[in-house]
Amino acid sequence: MLHYMGRRLFQLIPVLLGMTFIVFMLIRSIPGNPAQVILGQQATKEAVEALNASLGLNKPWYTQYFGYLGGIFQGDLGVSLRTKLPVSEEIFPYLAATAELALFAMIIAVIIGVNAGIISAWFQNSWFDYVAMVVALIGVSVPVFWLGLMEQWAFSNQLGWFPTSGREDVRDPITAITHFYLLDTLIQGRFDQFSEVFKRLVLPGMALATIPMAIIARMTRSSMLEVMRSDYVRTARAKGQKMFIVVYKHALKNAVIPVLTVIGLQTGLLLGGAILTETIFSWPGIGRYIYDAIGFRDYPVIQSGILVIAFIFIMINLIVDLLYTVIDPRIKYK
Amino acid sequence: MKKKKLWTLGVMLILVLSTILAACGSSDTKDTGSKDTSSGGDTASSGEPKTLVYGRGGDSVALDPAVVTDGESFTVTANIYETLVNFGERDVTIQPGLAKSWEPSEDGLTYTFQLQEGVKFHDGTDFNAEAVVKNFERWKAGADKHPYYSSQFVVGGKQVIESITAKDDYTVVFKLSQPQAPFLKNLAMSPFAIASPTAFEANEEGLSTNPVGTGPFKFVSWVRNDAVTIEKNPDYYIDGLPKLDKVIYKSIPENSTRLNALTTGEVDVADGLSPSDKASIESNSKLQLIERPSMNVGYLGLTVTRPPFDNVKVRQAVNYAIDKQALVDAFYEGLAEPAKNPMPPVISGYNDDVQGYEYDPEKAKALLAEAGYDGKKIQLWAMPVPRPYMPDGKKIAEAIQKNLEDVGIKSEIVSFEWATYLEKAQNGEADAFLLGWTGDNGDADNFLYTLLDGDNIGSNNYTFYDNKELHKLLVSAQTEINEDKRNELYKQAQEIISKDAPWVPLAHSTPILAANTKVINYIAHPTGSDRLDNVDMQ
Repeated sequence: MLHYMGRRLFQLIPVLLGMTFIVFMLIRSIPGNPAQVILGQQATKEAVEALNASLGLNKPWYTQYFGYLGGIFQGDLGVSLRTKLPVSEEIFPYLAATAELALFAMIIAVIIGVNAGIISAWFQNSWFDYVAMVVALIGVSVPVFWLGLMEQWAFSNQLGWFPTSGREDVRDPITAITHFYLLDTLIQGRFDQFSEVFKRLVLPGMALATIPMAIIARMTRSSMLEVMRSDYVRTARAKGQKMFIVVYKHALKNAVIPVLTVIGLQTGLLLGGAILTETIFSWPGIGRYIYDAIGFRDYPVIQSGILVIAFIFIMINLIVDLLYTVIDPRIKYK
Repeated sequence: MKKKKLWTLGVMLILVLSTILAACGSSDTKDTGSKDTSSGGDTASSGEPKTLVYGRGGDSVALDPAVVTDGESFTVTANIYETLVNFGERDVTIQPGLAKSWEPSEDGLTYTFQLQEGVKFHDGTDFNAEAVVKNFERWKAGADKHPYYSSQFVVGGKQVIESITAKDDYTVVFKLSQPQAPFLKNLAMSPFAIASPTAFEANEEGLSTNPVGTGPFKFVSWVRNDAVTIEKNPDYYIDGLPKLDKVIYKSIPENSTRLNALTTGEVDVADGLSPSDKASIESNSKLQLIERPSMNVGYLGLTVTRPPFDNVKVRQAVNYAIDKQALVDAFYEGLAEPAKNPMPPVISGYNDDVQGYEYDPEKAKALLAEAGYDGKKIQLWAMPVPRPYMPDGKKIAEAIQKNLEDVGIKSEIVSFEWATYLEKAQNGEADAFLLGWTGDNGDADNFLYTLLDGDNIGSNNYTFYDNKELHKLLVSAQTEINEDKRNELYKQAQEIISKDAPWVPLAHSTPILAANTKVINYIAHPTGSDRLDNVDMQ
């Protein structure tokens, strides 16, 4: 087990190295240069060149690349060209904002998705099955952008249940400790703020949860259907075991492995791919942070931001792989 | 049996969902209750503290106005720092600021400023002549770090401000190396606001995240990509100002979300709205529409080095072919006027006698025939981002495409991501491109020289237009300090530009904001940086 983990972690190195190289070359191959963007339309040619030189962008690419790589191995993610702040310092609040939203969305997606999938499989071809699968089909195909705006219109403009956007009430700001606001407000005992933060998570959380929820529901259903036809399930039922126990205890355990894989992949995707939701709900998350950085050609932020997300993505999948052994003892890593 | 269990499960799910919703609903009342108590604690006598939440499209880059060029930074810094002279409330006339009065010498080479007395920076440092000198010396020493300083006060590699000296505690003398007509207008620009020397001498970079000025508001906090908070400066040197206790600048990138937040009361002012939002603002009795006086131009640039636009007749033909009034009606919702010159009429030196080109497709066809246009298909570049002067680049490009097709010019619409678009256009890779400009200081030089002089090819002159006669006029206007003579030079310049037709000037738009009706005295400034010291809330 430990050996396996060591090997997996070791495999991480070439993957991440390759990725830094690809990202590094890609962002430099697109037109537009940071100095020009920083100085704006006002800038003279000389000013742009001077700034390029002081940012070190006139050096040959390999000097820049290995300089950057050297920094990473010492835990230095570079300094944002735009804000002049170290990326390692700047990135955390954004990452926490996205992680809080993504986890919230995944909890909704897993609870509803898995249960909808199970019930659909259990009562295959019932009206619930049809409705759930049609809803799931709509769920995977609905544009998040549109869904988010509709939610705002319905739940905040018309019904007034939830605020339209943002993580907190700016008139009553939260003192950040961990930057996970649900946690921060609890630590400080500000339950009024806790409910405010919770309310603000609901709309973007629902928007973000739709696609993973639908995918999880469909995956659970097909995986469950397969397991439900297997001999041991029939045996359990023949023994007179309650259907609920058969489904949720015996069948689910075997059916859950592919579902877990999907959950892991989707969680990873939500971390990096929440740009649309973050934009509509003005959520100060990592997706928008990197997206803005691309517009500003803020190379260190793009490089390190993508590196951090890739690292988390891989780690989540590693954890999922390790969870397999917990759920199914027959799976052993050597 | 089966059915029964399904129902139980369904009911359970509904129960779970409704508890979640109920939890959200009930917190509503709790929330307002606690807010009331916390706000009551803040002010002892004058009742509720007045907090204005200002919704805007993007975050600031840095809060040191000397190092940035983006409007969203200046929006905030204009309320934290102050300049020696101010623009008028609604226009770009020059008014006293941190300087009470000023005296230019006959030859326009020396300016003597009398400063306000008894002003303190937010960190307690005294504002005096020495502080002004230190600020200018800082900008001068690091011209490459201070983009606006180098664009406004360095001409052809030469420093315009030769020296700044403190004559006594409250008198500053500027000596210029050459007369600069827009000198005072430049000084009124947000980037030349005076910061506390104590602050930047201790930590120059720190000023970007911890601004210290003399302005009506003091910096409180900044959560990146989210909100900047500033609060009333109780020691502000003008009694009774500012009227607000706190201002929060909240970034809401998505336009419709920002408008939604305004209708639900989460923000009190929403900036950067699209002309198409006008109707829904006007129909809502809780909202007021605020118009920002126009100081911009949206145009179609014709790269004069690329065929077929290397032929002046083809450029003139395109000018005749485009129906500007139709564009204004369709895409600016009437919040614009068709343009005939490269600068808006509010700017001194505007030439209203220029004939311009009325919409006349027949004349356009005739000119094209005369020019021997070969029917080559051109690329028409559409801006990928909305700007006040160009609310919807793609749709305007489509309308222009149709206009051009009517006179026999075939075109293909292309677009790129914004930074790419600018760089490619700057390299002269576009045939015809949509772009625009918002004035920085309300001076004709900032439009005509900046956008159309040969000196600025490679920076803001995207059409590569270079006319020696025009250059002479524009350069002599820069040092001409007689206002009338100077205006005459600009009028001639506009004649030449109109004849040479490197652009199709499309429109001067009126950008809009909206505010809650509780907000009073909100005056939008043409430069885009609004001072909030007089703004109040009912």
